[in-house]
Amino acid sequence: MTTPTQPVPGRRLNRINLEPTAYRGSKTTLCAGCGHNAITERIIDSFWELGIQPDQVLKLSGIGCSSKSPAYFLSQSHGFNSVHGRMPSVATGAVVANHKMLAIGISGDGDTGAIGIGQFVHLMRRNLPMVYIIEDNGCYGLTKGQFSPTADLGSTLKTGVINDLPPIDTCALAIELGASFVARSFSGDPKQLKAILKAALSHRGTAMIDVLSPCVTFNDHDGSTKSYSYAKDHEEPLSELSFVPFFEDITIDYEPGTSTTVSLHDGSKIVLTKMSEHYNPVDRNAALRLLRETTTRNEFVTGILYIEPDKPDFINLLGLVDQPLAQLDQSRTRPSKVALDEIMESFR
Amino acid sequence: MSVTDAAVHEAGPLPTTSRIVNDFAIQVATVNGSGSQSANLVLLRSIFQMGVPVSGKNMFPSNIAGLPTWYTIRASANGYIGRKKEVDFLVAMNPETAREDVLTLSPGAAVVYDEPLKLQELRGDLVFYPVPFDKLIADVTKDAKLRRLVRNMIYDGVLSRLLSIDMGQMEKALKKQLGRKLKAIELNMAALKAGFDFAEANLEKKDPFIVAPMDKTTGQILIEGNAAAAIGCMMAGVTFVAWYPITPSSSLPEALIEYLKRYRRDPDGKATYAVVQAEDELAALGMVIGAGWAGARAMTSTAGPGVSLMAEFVGLGYYAEVPAVIFDIQRGGPSTGLPTRTGQQDILSTAVLSHGDTNHSMLLPASVTECYTMAMEAFDLAEQLQAPVFVMSDLDLGMNTWMAHPFDYPTAPLARGKQLTPELLQRIGQWGRYKDVDGDGIGYRTVPGDVLPSYFARGSGHNEMALYSERAEDYVKNLDRLSRKFQTAKTMMPKPEVDLVEENGIGIIAYGTTHWAIVESRDQLKAESGVQTSYLRLRAYPFSEELNAFIDRCARVYVVEQNRDAQMLSLLRIDLTPDRVLKLRSIRHYAGLPIDGRSVTVELLKQERNSK
Repeated sequence: MTTPTQPVPGRRLNRINLEPTAYRGSKTTLCAGCGHNAITERIIDSFWELGIQPDQVLKLSGIGCSSKSPAYFLSQSHGFNSVHGRMPSVATGAVVANHKMLAIGISGDGDTGAIGIGQFVHLMRRNLPMVYIIEDNGCYGLTKGQFSPTADLGSTLKTGVINDLPPIDTCALAIELGASFVARSFSGDPKQLKAILKAALSHRGTAMIDVLSPCVTFNDHDGSTKSYSYAKDHEEPLSELSFVPFFEDITIDYEPGTSTTVSLHDGSKIVLTKMSEHYNPVDRNAALRLLRETTTRNEFVTGILYIEPDKPDFINLLGLVDQPLAQLDQSRTRPSKVALDEIMESFR
Repeated sequence: MSVTDAAVHEAGPLPTTSRIVNDFAIQVATVNGSGSQSANLVLLRSIFQMGVPVSGKNMFPSNIAGLPTWYTIRASANGYIGRKKEVDFLVAMNPETAREDVLTLSPGAAVVYDEPLKLQELRGDLVFYPVPFDKLIADVTKDAKLRRLVRNMIYDGVLSRLLSIDMGQMEKALKKQLGRKLKAIELNMAALKAGFDFAEANLEKKDPFIVAPMDKTTGQILIEGNAAAAIGCMMAGVTFVAWYPITPSSSLPEALIEYLKRYRRDPDGKATYAVVQAEDELAALGMVIGAGWAGARAMTSTAGPGVSLMAEFVGLGYYAEVPAVIFDIQRGGPSTGLPTRTGQQDILSTAVLSHGDTNHSMLLPASVTECYTMAMEAFDLAEQLQAPVFVMSDLDLGMNTWMAHPFDYPTAPLARGKQLTPELLQRIGQWGRYKDVDGDGIGYRTVPGDVLPSYFARGSGHNEMALYSERAEDYVKNLDRLSRKFQTAKTMMPKPEVDLVEENGIGIIAYGTTHWAIVESRDQLKAESGVQTSYLRLRAYPFSEELNAFIDRCARVYVVEQNRDAQMLSLLRIDLTPDRVLKLRSIRHYAGLPIDGRSVTVELLKQERNSK
């Protein structure tokens, strides 16, 4: 990992002279030990380290425990806690209205995998530039622990009820549908999660990150496959991940053949080392095969599973003017009288 | 073809001594997908070009090809452009419906029909004009595919001769319809002429109907409401459109896309707008809410089933206070209902759409001109009220062809509503997104990227600082402020149109396309029965003060609308004082076809008689 900025005596400032507190939000109301809180901390770290202007960020969410968390980071950013499962559409409208803003959406496994699966699917297809995080605990926390669609076959509720339906693999789905950055991580792996988050924030296109985030209250028991202990025992990182932001001129020498570097749109780099055999993060078929194989072996693979840095995003496809649509004034949005007269003539 | 005894009328055709000039309805019965629309529009346009007021109404099936379609063209010297129930002149091209079409005609009507159908055997009290379409088209072209396409143009030629519609105007209308497709024009002209020549040589004029030149359409245009609304949206400076295809709404966004492509691109081809075809109506309104929150002028267009799906997001827009413009091109419900028929059936459910305590503003266009002006008003109101605003059009208005004067270029600048400025921020000190600074229930908003204070929008309970709150005081204060905002809306909505002719007499309240039936019915009531009526045309909900004054000055008031459950009457009952409610009576029409003046006249007189 790289260090973000030169240390300033007395105060910790990032490259735009803000302290980490400028990236904090209100105090969390989630349970102590909730994985979501750890993710919130990594989000705060990542934004601070990258030196992103907080008032240039949109934070969005649906409904559920996960969707409460945008309140707990970046208090100076504009936020929208929308309706259950529908954050993707709100994000689509907001990002298209102002494509200069950096959007981060927080969802959960129920919010994405059940009520919101339709909107999730179409968000991935559009490759809308945003970071989309699923805080995945395999259950509905806010309604007291019912199974969600990411719960593994055979895992149990606290009450002993066994899940008899197969899970939805949101990462495989996202890759299949056209997301250009797909990763999986674990809230208990802060180093990897932060590197993935920073890479995602630097990517242009939809960056979908499924983060296993144990629910300490309803789904952290022995029969659960989304518990801290299960995740720790079964996590198989694909590689060591290093993120080098565009504003840092760092070269790390690796032995030839031991690392892969992926360059992002803004000049940042992702450096992957100690990779699993045959793993190539720009190969879509390989990524899907890997997910299938590891799932069959009950392994919980983490890391950047797939990345396509140059895929045109939705804003490119729409061919928009550079100035955000939301900021265009009447002189650019109301056609002239000549135009209206011409239209009227066509109906004579 | 067998004939039932009951259907045979013994009387012969009426004498044709009296001519009926510019006051009749032509109905063309064809098969969906047979390309009759061009022939019908050419017919409509050529009468229009002769200076005679016209309207064209398409009654079509929810189907791409093969099912019956009826197109009705009404010529009215008096300028009545609502539906006329009685068909005076039938063009029977569809073997499947021809029999029933003929049997339902009034005595004295005329029928042009495809000769092999032998319709003249059905009745003795009609004027029949058999035309051998297949024989005539055989001489026009050898290509079987082309024959099918231009076959319908033959009836235009026949009607040109029988109704004295100027062939020069037919040719002009045809060229307008086909643009620069020279080959197609040539072929269609040949078919047109074949029809005309046949009629001239073989058909003796026996019906009284005739088109004579007038000067009542000078300078006017012919346009569909959805196209008019699309133009209004563009002139309103729309920057974000999300939609999901649905009849009868689709032609609005589709027209808008074409206009935006043409008039809203920079010289380098970059767009000053975005149009997204969403995955469903939920997402369409979700995108609009997201874009509106971020500061874009955002809209969607749909019909009843789409509005039902949008309910959840409408509630969010109401509570988080996000501008959004929603067009509802109403069709027949409930459920899938009659997708290609008209109605005013979404009024009540839209007024309070979504769970919890909600109310929404609705604009009620009656004409294509109002589709245009109200589109612009809707965007202003949505931003001024920081709320979703509905434009309640319908299929009759949206998809049928109406006359209008060319639309005026807007003189007023876009009204963007209350937005926080650095100066205001300094003046008021602490800003709260939902603080009622001016006492009208409307706060000042900021948008992402404006470098002013941010806020956290949410559909959950919040206080005036936009912070999460479950406190009873915060909740009640917020709901009361939203109520106050709705009161403010009353003062901003377009005012009703009032024509008070007599104190303490009969009043009529109507809205939307029902207006055209009322115009005609009031004339009928006066001319035929000596019944004077006052009239108030609602143009928006919430209702404004003028409504109370109108009801106070009438003895009784008929609320006329196109739904089964008297939906507007129900809204009036909620709003009005009991003494005013007692004056209200109801006339409803819900057959899926546009309401007609005669039906209103008959029903109103019946209720008047019964109350005596």
